[in-house]
Amino acid sequence: MAKGKVLLEVKGLRAAVAGNEILKGVDLTIRDGEVHAIMGPNGSGKSTLAQVLAGHPAYEVRGGSVQYAGKDLFELDPEERARDGVFLAFQYPVEIRGITNSYFLRSALNAIRKSKGEAELDPLDFLQVLESKLKAIGWDDAMMNRPVNEGFSGGEKKRNEILQLAVLEPRFAILDETDSGLDIDALKTVAQAVNQLRAPERAFLIVTHYQRLLNYITPDVVHVLADGRIVKSGGPELAHELEAKGYDWLRDAAMVS
Amino acid sequence: MTGIEAHVQQPYKYGFVTDIESEVVPAGLNEDVIRLISTKKGEPDWMLDWRLKAYRNWLKMSEPHWPNVKYGPIDYQAISYYAAPKKLPKLDSLDQVDPKLVATFEKLGIPIEEQKRLTGVAVDAVFDSVSVATTFQAELAKYGVIFMPISQAIREHAGLVQEYLGTVVPANDNFFAALNSAVFTDGSFVYVPKGVRCPLELSTYFRINASSTGQFERTLIIADEGSHVSYLEGCSAPMRDEHQLHAAVVELVAFDRATIKYSTIQNWYPGDEEGRGGIYNFVTKRGKCAGVNSKISWTQVETGSAITWKYPGCILQGDNSIGEFYSVAVTSHKQQADTGTKMIHLGKNTRSTIVSKGISAGRGQNTYRGLVKIMKGAEGARNYSQCDSMLIGDKCGAHTFPYIDVRNSTAIMEHEASTSKIGEDQIFYLRQRGLSSEDAVSMIVNGFCKEVFKELPMEFAVEATRLLGISLEGSVG
Ligand SMILES: Nc1ncnc2c1ncn2[C@@H]1O[C@H](COP(=O)(O)OP(=O)(O)O)[C@@H](O)[C@H]1O
Ligand SMILES: [Mg+2]
Repeated sequence: MAKGKVLLEVKGLRAAVAGNEILKGVDLTIRDGEVHAIMGPNGSGKSTLAQVLAGHPAYEVRGGSVQYAGKDLFELDPEERARDGVFLAFQYPVEIRGITNSYFLRSALNAIRKSKGEAELDPLDFLQVLESKLKAIGWDDAMMNRPVNEGFSGGEKKRNEILQLAVLEPRFAILDETDSGLDIDALKTVAQAVNQLRAPERAFLIVTHYQRLLNYITPDVVHVLADGRIVKSGGPELAHELEAKGYDWLRDAAMVS
Repeated sequence: MTGIEAHVQQPYKYGFVTDIESEVVPAGLNEDVIRLISTKKGEPDWMLDWRLKAYRNWLKMSEPHWPNVKYGPIDYQAISYYAAPKKLPKLDSLDQVDPKLVATFEKLGIPIEEQKRLTGVAVDAVFDSVSVATTFQAELAKYGVIFMPISQAIREHAGLVQEYLGTVVPANDNFFAALNSAVFTDGSFVYVPKGVRCPLELSTYFRINASSTGQFERTLIIADEGSHVSYLEGCSAPMRDEHQLHAAVVELVAFDRATIKYSTIQNWYPGDEEGRGGIYNFVTKRGKCAGVNSKISWTQVETGSAITWKYPGCILQGDNSIGEFYSVAVTSHKQQADTGTKMIHLGKNTRSTIVSKGISAGRGQNTYRGLVKIMKGAEGARNYSQCDSMLIGDKCGAHTFPYIDVRNSTAIMEHEASTSKIGEDQIFYLRQRGLSSEDAVSMIVNGFCKEVFKELPMEFAVEATRLLGISLEGSVG
């Protein structure tokens, strides 16, 4: 398969949270149509990388650069990144009281459409868009009339993230541990939904602690993040190796180098 | 916390001054001023006597300082107690209203001209100390509904006014109620006869225009047996460096099976971010569910005023009567609000519901103060209270003082309270989905207030939502 154009280019990225430097020089190149997985021990900085790419204000960028679709990503506000197609499926989705899931998602879709000069969708148009997407994750309308994530189980929250992904159709989707807390059936549903969304014009960065999800979504590239750096990259087989050997051998390697 | 800040200029949209020739009585308060007000209104003697009695009581009272608000001393002799445009229309002839007044209310979104009127809403427009227009009076009269300025009612329906005025809020109820009883100028009077469902929303808009004046609004609503009425008040004032006093009294009476729904969208000038200027809103509002199965419901959205001191309450006297209080109070900049409700259960199986949402931003201070009192005879009374506070930024404050006094062991009381901080994570989540930070805050706040907004008449719910968006504009950096 011919390689796509470079969509995301991360160079020497250093970032801190609460005064502690967590990312200590991350390099990463993702092309259109590719699925990359980032694995690594707890606390290695996977979520930090995801949040920095999405623009969370609590994370301080200390050095390096990120080019996204030909733009300097750090020049863009979080909502501008979102409107330009950056989507983060959160590890811990938040609850929004009193706002229905349906209203929230339609507002998000319309904000993005508006920024592109497309017509906003009224509730009826939106229902039509929603219908097929709901089916893909095995939901009905009932979940749409509940307040955003309020009282949702861990698994329901993750499905909700995938529903948003499916509706907003971003160009670059980051999934932060979407698999954790899912039972095997839910995991398969989520994987299937993601696989359906794979497209030459869309890239994924899938953050996961376990190899499990990668049995269902076959990545093009697997990276290992340890102590704030990518210490190893390889093909899908790397995920299996990690499953067998754990992370310690890599962490030691990182320390030595 | 980085990213969330609360001190950006709040654009107050209604801060303009109407340049109009007015008659302003010189500042100061004494019996002569009260006589003058009474004469200007063409009042009968009993009304003047009532005012003077209230005034003499007031002289013996002192300003309450128990509310959780701070302000400098008020010089009651420095206030003018009467201001009115010189050119006033004759009664019942809206065509003669000064075009400047028409334009003023139009600018405030309250069209009073015949052809532009809001459908389904009758409006009484009060400018400083006088009502300048009341729409749909004739149509309402066909149903026997009386809707007119209270000064007109005192002349034309003296019997009704005299029978009920001061029966729910006695003239000596508290310092500000006594002051109001002595010097009140205009407000609305409503009477809905037996079995009539008022066909229109009734609404009064209070506009303060003249400087160095106080506004003393007086409203009385009577719903006779089996009737139903929904009433809404709105208000605004120019932006000025001085503080202006608005001390109102509102009384509601509901007889057997009658329902009164009273909504307020309060948007007085709140002052600037340093706390300069703004209205002191010291208000006594109370409803009496006099009859069985009657119901009084208060809904308030309070976004304005430098200081709000207000506890709309219900006296649940009739058996099975229902009192409700739904409130959203927003304080940003240096605004202070001490607001809540009083539910007094006297009758059997009386029920009350309290839902209070306090939102503080900037250096705003928001206090909920509520009293639920279950008297001895109130067998089977029930109360449900829910007080939620939301903080935006870390220089503001939220306080809750729920008082409960239960004298009947069959009472069932439920109380829930929560305080949440509008989180950076919540805002970020919405921004990550493409919403601007303003829209994100507005969505979170509207969700928080939803239980109250759904109680507003439809025509005004949109306005309330918009107002909330404006008063919090810039509170997130
Ligand atoms: N908001 C935060 N405040 C303080 N420390 C944080 C915050 N977010 C992450 N950290 C710290 O940064 C390090 C990396 O965390 P994270 O990126 O979440 O790791 P991972 O996702 O790989 O498990 C951890 O030590 C974590 O405690
Ligand atoms: Mg993580």
